[in-house]
Amino acid sequence: MSDARDMTMIQAINDALDVAMQRDDTVTVMGEDVGFFGGVFRATAGLQAKYGTSRVFDTPISECGIIGVAIGMGAYGLRPVPEIQFADYIYPALDQLVSEAARLRYRSAGEFTAPLTLRSPFGGGIFGGQTHSQSPEGIFTHCSGLKTVIPSTPYDAKGLLIASIEDNDPVLFFEPKRLYNGPFHGHYDRPAKGWAGHPDAQVPEGHYRVEIGKARVVREGSDLTILTYGTMVHVVASTLDELEDAPKADLIDLRSLIPLDIETIEASVKKTGRCLIVHEATRTSGFGAELSALVQERCFHHLEAPVQRVTGFDTPYPHALEWAYFPGPVRLAQAFKQIMKD
Amino acid sequence: MATTPENPVWTGANRPPLRLHVPQPPARPGEAPDFSALEIPAVDAGHRPDPETPAAQMQGHAFGLVRVLDLDGTASGPWDPQVSPEVALAMLRAMALTRAFDDRMFRAQRQGKTSFYMKSLGEEAVSIAAAFALDDEDMLFPSYRQQGLLIARNHDLVDMMNQIYSNRADRMKGRQLPIMYSVKAKGFFSISGNLATQLPQAVGWAMASAARGDTRIAAAWLGEGSTAEGDFHSACTFASVYRAPVILNVVNNQWAISSFSGMAGGDETTFAARGLGYGIATLRVDGNDVLAVLAATRWAAERARGNHGPTMIEHVTYRAEGHSTSDDPSAYRSAGEAAAWPLGDPLTRLKDHLIKLGHWDEERHAAMLTEVMEQVRTAQKSSERHGILGHGFNQPLDTMFEGVFEHMPWHLAEQEAQMLAEWRAAGLPDIKREEPGA
Repeated sequence: MSDARDMTMIQAINDALDVAMQRDDTVTVMGEDVGFFGGVFRATAGLQAKYGTSRVFDTPISECGIIGVAIGMGAYGLRPVPEIQFADYIYPALDQLVSEAARLRYRSAGEFTAPLTLRSPFGGGIFGGQTHSQSPEGIFTHCSGLKTVIPSTPYDAKGLLIASIEDNDPVLFFEPKRLYNGPFHGHYDRPAKGWAGHPDAQVPEGHYRVEIGKARVVREGSDLTILTYGTMVHVVASTLDELEDAPKADLIDLRSLIPLDIETIEASVKKTGRCLIVHEATRTSGFGAELSALVQERCFHHLEAPVQRVTGFDTPYPHALEWAYFPGPVRLAQAFKQIMKD
Repeated sequence: MATTPENPVWTGANRPPLRLHVPQPPARPGEAPDFSALEIPAVDAGHRPDPETPAAQMQGHAFGLVRVLDLDGTASGPWDPQVSPEVALAMLRAMALTRAFDDRMFRAQRQGKTSFYMKSLGEEAVSIAAAFALDDEDMLFPSYRQQGLLIARNHDLVDMMNQIYSNRADRMKGRQLPIMYSVKAKGFFSISGNLATQLPQAVGWAMASAARGDTRIAAAWLGEGSTAEGDFHSACTFASVYRAPVILNVVNNQWAISSFSGMAGGDETTFAARGLGYGIATLRVDGNDVLAVLAATRWAAERARGNHGPTMIEHVTYRAEGHSTSDDPSAYRSAGEAAAWPLGDPLTRLKDHLIKLGHWDEERHAAMLTEVMEQVRTAQKSSERHGILGHGFNQPLDTMFEGVFEHMPWHLAEQEAQMLAEWRAAGLPDIKREEPGA
């Protein structure tokens, strides 16, 4: 592999866009503030200067318009990469995503497709309140025809984003904004570390892909399987490290929810006999419910304890009480104890 | 005096009570039709601006009416496209063919051969003239009542019927409600069935064409009722901001199912005037005047091709049939409306014009109507050989799972296997894969 260097997740995403645009002149970046300014999180910094305003441009504040226009561009033959500034703002685009992008290939029997990659920062942990913290992935996994990809490291962010852009189906690429500048241990009151020096922050130069649909086994253990993705990969890992009596866990970073790496999940749960599902999104009808059902259907006779979930609560994401809402080390420690006792 | 849950009406100020205005159409069933609110200017009252004119300098056009054909069949005025008799006759034939197709397919639904149909009776000119004004390579983003576009682009009637019947030869594999065609080869985008979603998509296609230095433009259609959707307004914003080479057609056929145009704001201003706030050049046209629609569309196309930006065209027309085969308009509107519609019938008006010029006569017209009906009948027979809806499954069962994604993920493969296993366990016939039309 070519030379690698330390990158933050934001730098890795920026690099992925650069590589994808360099290789394929149909790749087109659009969204609110993504052009001259380079995005509110800087994910698209420098791209307009390099590729011009026809390929990297600001859009009106209209998520419905952004995605509708991206679908039309895709039908023309471009590969649009629209940014929705926060996942919380995605709802005006819901019809265009769910009824249009998701079904265009099917309804036209392949005459038209929507090869767009919607990038959007999601998740909490930055005092964003109810409109800058949500994790809406479960809304989209419920709809047929959309892929949902969520990286947790700079290396994966670049490889998965390139794979998403090159994918011929619509992909929702949710970026855990709490991880943009460093891995997160889950303690709001302790200093945060950056990505520098982290092994998964070593990002190769140039083009590479991380296959969509393959989970990453972050660490192996025989006591327990933990299924998670995004920010919670790091919060779980860090909590396991901190606890003296932590279970030895298979920690699985799903990387994508649709398609889901069921083989890795099944093999792990059959080995450990226990399964804990962790996500930041609200609990009821969340993706954890689907994971729980799948594990129960496929691994029931191997289970030694009920499948459990650690999730956000079914409330709006609160501002001042963010750290009581966030499924952090306190809730995780209790869940580890409970599931090992069951 | 404060409000309480028991009495939420606040009466503390000495002011007249507010009133909620809910628009009502001028006539309901049992009442005489009333189109007195529709102002019809004289044909020569129009002015044809240069297609490069800034939108701000032609705002009056949002309140006028582009006209060419007088109701007595005379073509005149600044918008007269001066088409050759051959082109006019071709449009006449395309309108007649569309009408014959609609008539036949409507009856096929009534005969139980399919689930649903939507006629375009009375508004054929809107689609036919646009198709004649645009290049064949221009991209069309239709709503569900622009079958005339496909017919004017000489698309195979059998292919359209196969879709309507969801039969074995349906290229859409029976996945879509009848008439939701997709014909990429004819530059005709897949019809959604959700309203107004195609508007921002058309703008996006046009923006892509511009970004790539292409020469093709896009056009989209939606009904006046759908202009209330957010997608329409998003599309207008993007079209204006990027000066997209696109034509946004608002087909004001007076009715959105049972809601008259006033429910979408038509009592307060014209639909063409929607474009003004966006700075989009706007024309309002007699939608039952095929020559006027042709002229307006040519104007808009010239503007778009010259990088002068989008045009919004309101086509004032009348939906002479129900919304669909599932609708009964006699339940909500005056029965005499279609006959009383002041802009007449588009087919009759063009026929009268051609007869007046000596290019056509009643005998040839009657013969032509027979020909197009025969053409439709022949196509229908041919299509029905591939099956009709509801007589067994026309598609192999596993096609249900294909094409959700480019490559089928495991969860769909499992669901497919489960369905086939259930099917076989119940002793039901296994539907084998076969070539379309076999």
